[in-house]
Amino acid sequence: MKLYSYILVMAAVTYLIRSLPLTLIRKEIKSPFIRSFLYYVPYATLAAMTFPAILFSTDSILSAAVGFAAALILAFQKKNLITVAVGASAAVFLTELLAGFL
Amino acid sequence: MDNLTEFRAGMKNGLPICLGYFAVSFAFGIQAAQIGLSPWQAGLISVTNVTSAGQFAGLSLIASQGSLAEMALLQLVINLRYLLMSAALSQKLSPSVRTLPRLIMAYGVTDEIFGVSVTRPGNLNPWFSYGCILISVLGWTGGTAAGASAGAVLPEILIAALGIALYGMFIAIIIPPAREQKAAAICVIASMAASALFFALPYLKGISSGMKIIIVTIGAAAFCAKLFPLEEEEP
Repeated sequence: MKLYSYILVMAAVTYLIRSLPLTLIRKEIKSPFIRSFLYYVPYATLAAMTFPAILFSTDSILSAAVGFAAALILAFQKKNLITVAVGASAAVFLTELLAGFL
Repeated sequence: MDNLTEFRAGMKNGLPICLGYFAVSFAFGIQAAQIGLSPWQAGLISVTNVTSAGQFAGLSLIASQGSLAEMALLQLVINLRYLLMSAALSQKLSPSVRTLPRLIMAYGVTDEIFGVSVTRPGNLNPWFSYGCILISVLGWTGGTAAGASAGAVLPEILIAALGIALYGMFIAIIIPPAREQKAAAICVIASMAASALFFALPYLKGISSGMKIIIVTIGAAAFCAKLFPLEEEEP
């Protein structure tokens, strides 16, 4: 039963974080600094979560680096989410496969 | 545009998210099954949380039988970025949008849904978010259940390859705007550099990974807001 307590706590905390600002902030924020800050938040947070963690997301740093490069190239060409995610995975798969033969 | 058109546009924009989520949550389902969760239990986590990093971290806490207080703190730190995204999203809504639509939209504040919502031109219609949330959560939960059911029969090499899918998705969100806009590119590079320092330097590397993300996010976003304040671009 403990599992369901964990799930409840996870869900409740996460939902509160998500719902408080959306329901409480009703007016336009005037401060140019805060507006700019909020604009940059997603770039900063996703970048921080991606690097360097991506290098340790597979079985070896080599295959992860190849996957990272593949993702960057595909994203630069403005491919959509699924193409980039699957393309990176495919690059990792092929690298691991090749490394297994060498 | 009327609500139905917006809802459909949301579904259309959400489709790539749905497929990307399927791949990432498939990996989550596999890990959940490895610590003994059933597909239904893994799916329940996904449909109630809808958060990649928080769920993966939560899973390791469940595996190590941590306390509920630890779980609450962990989720708070890792998901604190949603507080900032939710605040940013509040600025995309017309002040006339009532509480109920806001509460529904809050359920779907994820990195990816936020990304496509906040880049819509003009005010955001909640129905766009509903469409995007519906299809994305279907992919997220379906992928989890599928991974938890099928993970055991997949070869290890395939499981390892899926581990990178989450990061591929993040890269797909941040790189295209960074290509168009120098300030966003600087923000991405500064944030990655700072994050690498937090990973490598003594003292700094002892900080928990969730806390590192918060510190780097606030630092890099404040740095860019100071140096490159947004122009007034209201229509």
